[in-house]
Amino acid sequence: MKKRALSAVLSILVLLPVIAMSGCGGNSVVLNVYNWGEYIASGVTDQFEKETGIKVNYTTYDSNESLYSKISSGAASYDVIIPSDYMISRMIEEGMLAELDFGNIPNYDMIGDKYKSLEYDPENKYSVPYTWGNTVIIYNSAKVDAADVAEQSINLLWNEKYSGQILMFDNPRDAFGLALKKLGFSMNSTNQAEWEAAAEELKRQKPLVQAYVMDQIFDKMSSGEALIAPYYAGDVLAMQENNPDIKCYIPKEGANMFVDAMCVLKTSTKKAEAEKFINFMCSTEIALKTAEELGYATPQTEAKALLDPSITSVSFIYPPDEVLANTEVFFKLPAEINKLQSDLWTEIKKD
Amino acid sequence: MNKNGFGKKLVTAPYTLWMVIFVVVPIALVIYYAFTDADGGFTFENMTYIFEYGKTFLVSIELALISTAICLVMAYPVAYGISRFEARRQQTMIMLVMLPMWMNFLIRTYAWMTILEGNGLINRALRYFGSDGFGMINTEGAVVLGMVYNFLPYMILPIYTVLTKIDVSTIEAAKDLGAGRRNVFRRVLLPMSVPGIISGITMVFVPAVSTFVISKLLGGGKTFLIGDIIENYFLGNTGMINYNIGASLSLVLMVLILISMTVMNHFDKDAGEGEGVLVG
Amino acid sequence: MKLLSKVYNFLVFGFLYAPIAVMIVYSFNSEKSRTNFGSFSFRWYQELFNDDIILKSLYVSLLVAVLSALAATLIGTLAAVGIDSMKAPLKRAYLMVNNIPVVNPDIVTAVSMMILFVFVITRINGLNMGFGTLLIAHITFNIPYVILSVLPKLRGMNSNIYDAALDLGCPPLKSFMKVVVPEILPGIITGFIMAFTLSLDDFVISYFNSGSTAQTLPVTIYSMTKRPYSPKINALSTLLFISVMLLLVVVNIRQSAGVKKDKKTIKKEVR
Repeated sequence: MKKRALSAVLSILVLLPVIAMSGCGGNSVVLNVYNWGEYIASGVTDQFEKETGIKVNYTTYDSNESLYSKISSGAASYDVIIPSDYMISRMIEEGMLAELDFGNIPNYDMIGDKYKSLEYDPENKYSVPYTWGNTVIIYNSAKVDAADVAEQSINLLWNEKYSGQILMFDNPRDAFGLALKKLGFSMNSTNQAEWEAAAEELKRQKPLVQAYVMDQIFDKMSSGEALIAPYYAGDVLAMQENNPDIKCYIPKEGANMFVDAMCVLKTSTKKAEAEKFINFMCSTEIALKTAEELGYATPQTEAKALLDPSITSVSFIYPPDEVLANTEVFFKLPAEINKLQSDLWTEIKKD
Repeated sequence: MNKNGFGKKLVTAPYTLWMVIFVVVPIALVIYYAFTDADGGFTFENMTYIFEYGKTFLVSIELALISTAICLVMAYPVAYGISRFEARRQQTMIMLVMLPMWMNFLIRTYAWMTILEGNGLINRALRYFGSDGFGMINTEGAVVLGMVYNFLPYMILPIYTVLTKIDVSTIEAAKDLGAGRRNVFRRVLLPMSVPGIISGITMVFVPAVSTFVISKLLGGGKTFLIGDIIENYFLGNTGMINYNIGASLSLVLMVLILISMTVMNHFDKDAGEGEGVLVG
Repeated sequence: MKLLSKVYNFLVFGFLYAPIAVMIVYSFNSEKSRTNFGSFSFRWYQELFNDDIILKSLYVSLLVAVLSALAATLIGTLAAVGIDSMKAPLKRAYLMVNNIPVVNPDIVTAVSMMILFVFVITRINGLNMGFGTLLIAHITFNIPYVILSVLPKLRGMNSNIYDAALDLGCPPLKSFMKVVVPEILPGIITGFIMAFTLSLDDFVISYFNSGSTAQTLPVTIYSMTKRPYSPKINALSTLLFISVMLLLVVVNIRQSAGVKKDKKTIKKEVR
């Protein structure tokens, strides 16, 4: 009697995590979607669930690198992910992405040709662009002299006059990208010496830097805490809403054009459903909602046409083609350069 | 005869199983990873990274020690004050100490950013009174403040617990015997509260030395602590994932803490069973 | 001196609550800024209730906290009873292992469990990191705290009562429930509350051990680092804080009502 009671308790204890683990299975198909934090319009996953009956487990990550580490550990299985360009090419090369069946993604036709077959996915087999944009140099026009800005150069981030009021990207790829461009090299340089030179530039910049940050750039710039910072064009409009003195330019040396695109993992067992999700995200209704809520540029042509002209006419969000031609898309670095970048970055940060 | 002896063994079974699988085995795996390379071969190479990050280790320890000291000085009077209240008041006060912990510590740290920033509340108040204000955020000082703030309750609670166990009459007896306020504290209160102080110190020092979020948010990514490096090797923001190096650094951190614990426990003669004093 | 100590207490509590006050005030900010205050508005509360992703992760956080605290209390209380009756050397060994998650830095605990999960899951088909691993991780770091709060109560208890109950023919489970549990109940409750609190406060362990099926609120918040800080988080924290406050007030009132009742019955009995 007592033994039976005890063994009942015991088995409940042992089974508890097992039940919890399988509890999320259910009968309907479940898609695991992994996206950047705050990078989807509100209610979109609910709407998808309602329309298709496919359940969505939606989780979020803070950087391409942590996305990569979660997936490469092999312990967490995702279906749809939305990495950026260079991470896509790295994952393609490492055989992590599935070739998409575009027959299941009819809305792909509405994606502008400009955003297809870019260097990270040259044959256009693995990815469907979600948003795109470019990095800009943001400055506070009330406090930064017009003369210093006139040049429209990356050098503004190295201007000693503004020591302690400059912010810098807290991720190596973007930070090195700027330093490489400043020196006139490619952001995708495979030359070790060029990377070391860029690291020297970043070390030289460190004393001038107030902080290495990502999201905080937004607040620090709009509150006047910092005067100069690089960031993604899509967030500038919201900053200007808080602080009309905020201005920005695409540097003349060239800037990074980034594309965040939807991909399906090779390990996914629900590829058709995953493609259905991607197709849903590309529909005009959702793409429009996404562009409106996130502020980033949309590659979906119909959605762009429906957007308020006050947004589509902003030259740093939808730059003219000749400016775009001067931008560079990140793609995968060879392993040894990747390691070099990581080592150099740690070195810059730790001293 | 000893039928309940069998029952008692049985009740610990789920616990034993759980702790072996989810505590002992993982630690063993950390050790295994620390001494192997990517292909599983034995190596000492991962350990050499300790020297590469020697300075980071030192900075982490230094900041953690400073915050622990500040916590101790701040917490003792509060814990003492609370322990002298009547029982019901005490309960309310202790709840008030614990309540901020129900806000996740990430959120509380974000709130500190609002207070400390160049255009934050403190500087704006200073400017209102004509001062220029000064840079507080993105400094080591801000990181220390974040640590003190987040871990202060861990210092107050154990000290409070031991202080409530001290009989008021002991203090009164000392006073009657002519001990001054200072002597009462030095000769009676302090020695009797050593166990609480010690567990307070460990409960503050350990999370402080290993944090990676506080340094990122309040240190502006300029103060790089050992926790940041371990995080990078596992969920790498720098894109270099290496469980082996990460495990070896974790192992070093673990040993470091074990050593300091042993040293600390040396001061505490009463720590008979190796139990920490927690909230009673 | 009394006054000085009051002022000091006031300052320390001010320090503890300053950021929370700031957070509450800024949750009513009309602007999307952490530092500039525009005007009073409920804008972020509205946006919060439209944000299904934040709400879902809040649900996961609460669910994990409740389930892990329950499981840890169950496993821990039973184990504490066993450990309490052990002989010294074995007891010491148990307590040493028990202290590992308490003493170890969060990041080491997190990393070691992550290594285990990755190690096992990549070798066995069909498993996945997600809600299950999250729950296991939380239970693991909660159990030791339950043990540490139940053990002292057991030590303070007269073990003869339990034996007496057995001798009088009461089955072990029943005697345990009727005799031991009421004695150690305060310790069990403290343990549960601590487990629940630690689980809600945790970020590091969830960050390393969540997976594709679920993530807790702090992980969601942390992942927003590429985008501007959203005051929705302030609104959410304010609501959480107020509900915790209300809960405590209710518990306190009920307790004092209970005390009064006890006093009355005692008085009656005396008469």
